[in-house]
Amino acid sequence: MADVLIEIESLYKLFGNNPAKYMPLVHEGKSKDEILAETGHTLGLKDINLQIKRGEIFVIMGLSGSGKSTLIRHFNRLIDPTEGVIKVEGTDVMQFGAKELQEFRRHKMSMVFQRFGLLPHKNVVDNVSYGLQIQGVDRAEAKAKAVEWLDTVGLAGYEDQYPSQLSGGQQQRVGLARALCTDAEILLMDEAFSALDPLIRSEMQDQLIKLQETLHKTIVFITHDLDEALRLGDRIAILKDGEVVQQGEPEDILLNPATEYVEAFVRDVNRARALTVETVMKDPAYRITAETIEEALKQMKGFKQDYGYVVNDEGFQGVVTEEALKEAYADDKAADLTVDVMESCDPLEPGAVLESVIPCTLESEYPLPVVDEDGNLTGRLSRGTLSDVLGERSA
Amino acid sequence: MAESSWLTEFPQLDRADLRDIRKSLDAGYREFSREYGEFIESFFDPLLTFLVWFEKLLLATPWWLVIAVIAGLAYLASRSWKLGLGVVISFMLIGYFGMWDNTMRTMSIILVCTLMAIALGVPIGIAMARSDRAQAFVTPVLDVMQTMPAFVYLIPVVMLLGIGKIPGVIAVIIYAIPPVIRLTNLGIRLVDKDVMEAATAYGASPFQRLTGVQLPLAMPTIMAGINQTIMMSLSMVVIASMIGVKGLGQPVLKSITNQYFTLGLLNGLAIVALAIIFDRVSQAYAKRAQEHMKGLENG
Ligand SMILES: Nc1ncnc2c1ncn2[C@@H]1O[C@H](COP(=O)(O)OP(=O)(O)O)[C@@H](O)[C@H]1O
Ligand SMILES: [Mg+2]
Repeated sequence: MADVLIEIESLYKLFGNNPAKYMPLVHEGKSKDEILAETGHTLGLKDINLQIKRGEIFVIMGLSGSGKSTLIRHFNRLIDPTEGVIKVEGTDVMQFGAKELQEFRRHKMSMVFQRFGLLPHKNVVDNVSYGLQIQGVDRAEAKAKAVEWLDTVGLAGYEDQYPSQLSGGQQQRVGLARALCTDAEILLMDEAFSALDPLIRSEMQDQLIKLQETLHKTIVFITHDLDEALRLGDRIAILKDGEVVQQGEPEDILLNPATEYVEAFVRDVNRARALTVETVMKDPAYRITAETIEEALKQMKGFKQDYGYVVNDEGFQGVVTEEALKEAYADDKAADLTVDVMESCDPLEPGAVLESVIPCTLESEYPLPVVDEDGNLTGRLSRGTLSDVLGERSA
Repeated sequence: MAESSWLTEFPQLDRADLRDIRKSLDAGYREFSREYGEFIESFFDPLLTFLVWFEKLLLATPWWLVIAVIAGLAYLASRSWKLGLGVVISFMLIGYFGMWDNTMRTMSIILVCTLMAIALGVPIGIAMARSDRAQAFVTPVLDVMQTMPAFVYLIPVVMLLGIGKIPGVIAVIIYAIPPVIRLTNLGIRLVDKDVMEAATAYGASPFQRLTGVQLPLAMPTIMAGINQTIMMSLSMVVIASMIGVKGLGQPVLKSITNQYFTLGLLNGLAIVALAIIFDRVSQAYAKRAQEHMKGLENG
């Protein structure tokens, strides 16, 4: 799953009448504004380097005018670069002639647009099967496939309607069905959900995530909304004035914003909802592997803590406090360390979002253990860590 | 002449020079038409044959059949009983007042002119929409065609081809073709960029984009252009009759020279009736096409 499907190397785009003439200025490092003032050319993209892996959702995020649409249109060459290399499966897309490019667009990539881009004079099935019609697929076959995809996106029964008869959300479902109908491996989505109401948008996000679980497409998703980026993205690249200022996994970006620009983006994110336990937890230290009370107490002395996590061959067993151990020691120091001595405590799941674990973490006197599905202790989450992570936004 | 005379008199070309220029240009053109006139005429022969055949067909067909066909077409295009009935009544009146034959002649030439204008104008409009250079070149030509008085370009046409149907058709087309060209160009240029981009992104070829997206979406605008073209050809009927095109224009011309008010009025009204019928039918058709496209039809 980890092989690179799309590769972009030193991509530049300068908009204007004579971009080649002014490229040296760009390489000199002049800013977008300086270049515009001096030459009347708009610097659309500057030195973009990206590697998009097969099967991932790669999100490109940035404010309006940052070059997102320009960038995504380079993938299928709706816009040609001024300089740079675009490779898909190792093939240099820039070498394609008109015919090859057509074939490439027909079979390799499909696209979903912010303003839907549906054909107003065709009904919904014909819109969905448009890609197949273009390929010259038999009409009946194309239609059957379109009907299937319409059903998948939840629009069964709308086949004969025209786009203008549908709501925005429904129109974008048609757009999505059209993109899926060609079975292209790569899905380009340019602010596909940005024009929709928040509720519909989040429904569409759910649908996309669900579809992706079975389809495993490679999706390049554009958005200006960080919440959406964090929700959908396996990796995120942040674009500013045509430059990538940071790229990485969502947690990276949230926890270590590279520049003030990224920080400003990240500031308004609800971290409690965006981050999961495993992204902020500390290492699983303070393991107690002893079998008797006496040994356990000895181990705990070594940690300089008044608690510990009991683990054995079968995985995590429970938490013990120094106090409880001492009490048991007084009774019988050679006794086995059993569940009776341990605290009753529900361990956290690594994938839980922080919001859901705030109450129990705050109530607990010791950092809560994080235990994975197999019962292994993978980390601990303390009150302090939680308040650090969640409190940072006001800092 | 005194040195400063250009201050009071416009420094115009010497009369003798002007006369020489005129003479040599006229002579040159006359030479050209004598040389190539026949060749050019023979080039138009198929068109002439078709024109004559079509006119004869309309004249030879029984009147009730003609009315039935036209009313039927009007109904099919507009789905309106009223329009169909209007067609029947108008043609009955035209026939009753003795203008049937001339009306058939005019209709045949107008239909041929319109078809030719569409056949030439739509491709030119498409070419203009595809290339800004073509647009920059064609637009001023269209301006000239629309503002130059018809009589002026009738002169060379008549010099070249003589008097008759073909020069008439050419004159009518020159006068009437600009709207269909302009509006085809405009209609295609106004097609939503997002929709075009989507078509391109799915790998549509230029031809697939033209036939599958641009022309259908531009159709209402193109239809408006065709409608105007028909109206303008009808308004050329009288002028065309001056160079030998038979039809409703000739009686009008006769009325002017002989001051027959009623004859002129009746034939004028027949032209108006034709215009209204063509206009309503083509508009109703365009509107229906548009409604379908917008998806507002409930069927
Ligand atoms: N065809 C074009 N000609 C000139 N400038 C353009 C063109 N397309 C985009 N731009 C400029 O490039 C920049 C990025 O635009 P765009 O990619 O649309 O941004 P985004 O999608 O992030 O809002 C903007 O400054 C915009 O004005
Ligand atoms: Mg955009």
